[in-house]
Amino acid sequence: MRKILKNEGVQSLLTSLICIIVGMFVGYLVLLLIEPTGAFEAIMSVAKNFLGYSRTNMQLKHLGTTLAKTAPLIMCSLSILFSYKVGLFNIGAAGQYVMGACACLYGALGFGWGWLPCLLFAAFAGAAFGVITGALKAYCNVNEVISGIMLNWIGLYFTNMVLTNVKDASSAYTYALKAKGKDAILPTLGLEEFFSRNKYVGIAIPLAIIFAILVWVVLNKTKFGYELKATGYNKNAAKYCGMAEKRNIIVSLAISGALAGLAGAFLYQTDIEQWKVTISSVPTMGFNGIAAAFLGGLNPIGAIFSSFFIQHITEGGTHVDLTIYCSQISELISALIIYLCGFVGFLKMLINTSLAKSEEKHAKKKAEKGGDK
Amino acid sequence: MGQSYAIEMLGITKRFPGIIANDNISLQLKKGEIHALLGENGAGKSTLMSVLFGLYQPEEGIIKKDGKEVKINNPNDANELGIGMVHQHFKLVECFSVLDNIILGVEPNKYGFLKKNEARVKVMELSEKYGLHIDPDAMIEDITVGMQQRTEILKMLYRDNEILIFDEPTAVLTPQEIRELMQIMKNLAAEGKSILFISHKLAEIMEVADRCTVIRKGKYIGTVETAHTTMSELSAMMVGRDVNFHVEKKESKPGEVLLSVEGMTVASKAHKNNAVKNVSLKVRAGEIVCIAGIDGNGQTEFVHGLTGLEPLVSGKIELCGKDITHSSIRQRSVMGLSHIPEDRHKHGLVLDYTLEENLVLQRYFEPEFTNKAGFLRFKNIRENAERLIEQYDVRSGQGPVTVARSMSGGNQQKAIIAREIDKHPEVLVAVQPTRGLDVGAIEYIHKQLVAQRDAGKAVLLVSLELDEVMDVPDRILVMYEGEIVGEFDPKTTTQEELGLYMAGAKKAEVTVS
Ligand SMILES: Nc1ncnc2c1ncn2[C@@H]1O[C@H](COP(=O)(O)OP(=O)(O)OP(=O)(O)O)[C@@H](O)[C@H]1O
Ligand SMILES: [Mg+2]
Repeated sequence: MRKILKNEGVQSLLTSLICIIVGMFVGYLVLLLIEPTGAFEAIMSVAKNFLGYSRTNMQLKHLGTTLAKTAPLIMCSLSILFSYKVGLFNIGAAGQYVMGACACLYGALGFGWGWLPCLLFAAFAGAAFGVITGALKAYCNVNEVISGIMLNWIGLYFTNMVLTNVKDASSAYTYALKAKGKDAILPTLGLEEFFSRNKYVGIAIPLAIIFAILVWVVLNKTKFGYELKATGYNKNAAKYCGMAEKRNIIVSLAISGALAGLAGAFLYQTDIEQWKVTISSVPTMGFNGIAAAFLGGLNPIGAIFSSFFIQHITEGGTHVDLTIYCSQISELISALIIYLCGFVGFLKMLINTSLAKSEEKHAKKKAEKGGDK
Repeated sequence: MGQSYAIEMLGITKRFPGIIANDNISLQLKKGEIHALLGENGAGKSTLMSVLFGLYQPEEGIIKKDGKEVKINNPNDANELGIGMVHQHFKLVECFSVLDNIILGVEPNKYGFLKKNEARVKVMELSEKYGLHIDPDAMIEDITVGMQQRTEILKMLYRDNEILIFDEPTAVLTPQEIRELMQIMKNLAAEGKSILFISHKLAEIMEVADRCTVIRKGKYIGTVETAHTTMSELSAMMVGRDVNFHVEKKESKPGEVLLSVEGMTVASKAHKNNAVKNVSLKVRAGEIVCIAGIDGNGQTEFVHGLTGLEPLVSGKIELCGKDITHSSIRQRSVMGLSHIPEDRHKHGLVLDYTLEENLVLQRYFEPEFTNKAGFLRFKNIRENAERLIEQYDVRSGQGPVTVARSMSGGNQQKAIIAREIDKHPEVLVAVQPTRGLDVGAIEYIHKQLVAQRDAGKAVLLVSLELDEVMDVPDRILVMYEGEIVGEFDPKTTTQEELGLYMAGAKKAEVTVS
């Protein structure tokens, strides 16, 4: 038992599961406080999400929607964990995500491009923002969190400004792609049929999984990953052995930015949502990426599952009975659960110390028994 | 009872993955005695002391203080019992000042407001009393390892601990400072404090300790009174064979100049003046040149300027006849410069990487370890590690996949040396390469340095250790306040003469030949 618990992978999985359960429970308590009747039903509908539907085809359809929104979240959490391995906390992923959305939507609606150029443009825009943060860090020693937060706002208002050009004067939303930019909608690869004609399900999902695998390979199997991790662990040693420390900071933030930019494209190029040019807060997708990255144990493959879970409860939140609770409740509950997921590291520490203690007791008992004989 | 023991550790067993670091070890520390702990690198000395300090929980065994069994679950418990420890690798906050580090955790305050002046007075008194010179306002990251060491000792004295653990305190001190420290330890013992003292230097143990406990590969070998033993007996107990303390080498045959430095000036981080002032020197193929001097006289900055870690204010460096003044660190390394750094944790290792990953730190980009597509060749990395571990006797719990952080200090050092020598450099810059190594390992490393020399390489040794300075090199340069103040032939000079130059009492014009 102890051996199993000591295993790094098992620990990651276990702590993540505990966080999830505690998060759900706290969510339930909050619901109880607000309005005891219906609290259980409400938390169950959060947990069930698409499973709350009785008919299989409806279940599949809503699973499809959850998956469609999972793909961008996977990309955001990859963005976070990639930079984190280099010792950088890329909170600017949220802004890079926004820039990705801006680029792909303008590519689609402004230039009339196809889906692939739009994707590439989004990746480029995110990367460009990443490079700004990276260059500031490398050459002017500006903390990446500070410049990241600033750039999030710059990105948001820049996007609102640019996308005002691709909407109807009477509406706050950009044109739907199916009306004015059909070519830019991501191919569905026939997945649409499987998920009960949910036309938002498409290539983004397998692409996100492929990117997760790619990130894992780059970090663990390549020279580049070896350098990045060394820089993250010990900057001085990296410098000592001649790694181009500044270049590595910039390149890794560029890649991190490109991943976040693609996240934006993976959401908006499904046409599931339109950009609202009057919003004045940075979309939460990028920030949820932080929670997903940590919940996934900072492992790219783990990020796939943690992203799915977080999207699952976020979607589940929309199923809460709004006749009993106010409309913010869904977001409140999912946010609660998401942030409790951040305690993964803390839990791991707890497990390890209690393991050490129980081992000690065990050894003592053994010694006593040995003494008896 | 008869004897009164301050601390008794009875039957301590501590296991780590793949290794039993302490196997049923007992150690009894009398009140007011200085008790030395001796053993090879990786024998388990630091582990045993960490158990006493509450950093590790032993699987078996008990600890008694003043005859009563105690539980030490963490360093706070240890502190409450009056146990203090100077760690082998210092635990200081880099971006805090020396004073802040000393009072950290026990800051004197009134209504929650810091009373730093009071602390400063007490610290300076202690510093004065024991001759532990520090600059209380300097940042830890800017000061030499020697001063960091003194900061650690002051930290312990400041807390009025009565049981003091010194884990290899002398490894980084100058002979002068070591003599002072010995005196301090004797004074402390006379005041009634009990001292546990780890050192690889037998002469120190003979001089200062009352008794000495020897452990080998985690097992207790014995405890002897230093008055009734000899150095060779101790070393035989420790390694199980006789050790040759003297370096055997043939006459050197210097060839062409491989490293030439002209007028190097490097700025100081700690003060406004330059740390290195207009230094010129040449190292030839087939010779070992040693830069001797007291810690903090510009040796560190000189080496950093040479290897590219710090920019030069002025000067010119040539490696094998090529100008490398403006070359990057990587270029210098590829062109044949190897560097065994002074600070193994700051520069030498990525502590969270495994041993095998650390062993390719200077060569991971070569075709042997990275294929054309940029993928690492793990099989070759593993083979490289296995070869070096075998050749340099690097001991660890799990071999190539041991995380470097969990290795003993001496074995970490051996890993760095293996990596740097195995790179087959033209010029090897070795800064205190034998720091923290046991006598057997020192013998081996010295042989390696001489072998490099005999293979026609140039070796630049930077050392604080007078025995090493007298024994290993073919030429000695003394550095004082950033300048070369004398050149000596180890065969004709004496430790006393070197000492005068190192202290700045004498100075000679040195012409670079
Ligand atoms: N935290 C740890 N995790 C795993 N193994 C460890 C850990 N600490 C020490 N070890 C192993 O235990 C053994 C003893 O290490 P220790 O540091 O006590 O040696 P030491 O006698 O202090 O040696 P040195 O003279 O080189 O400092 C080593 O083989 C080391 O690899
Ligand atoms: Mg040690």
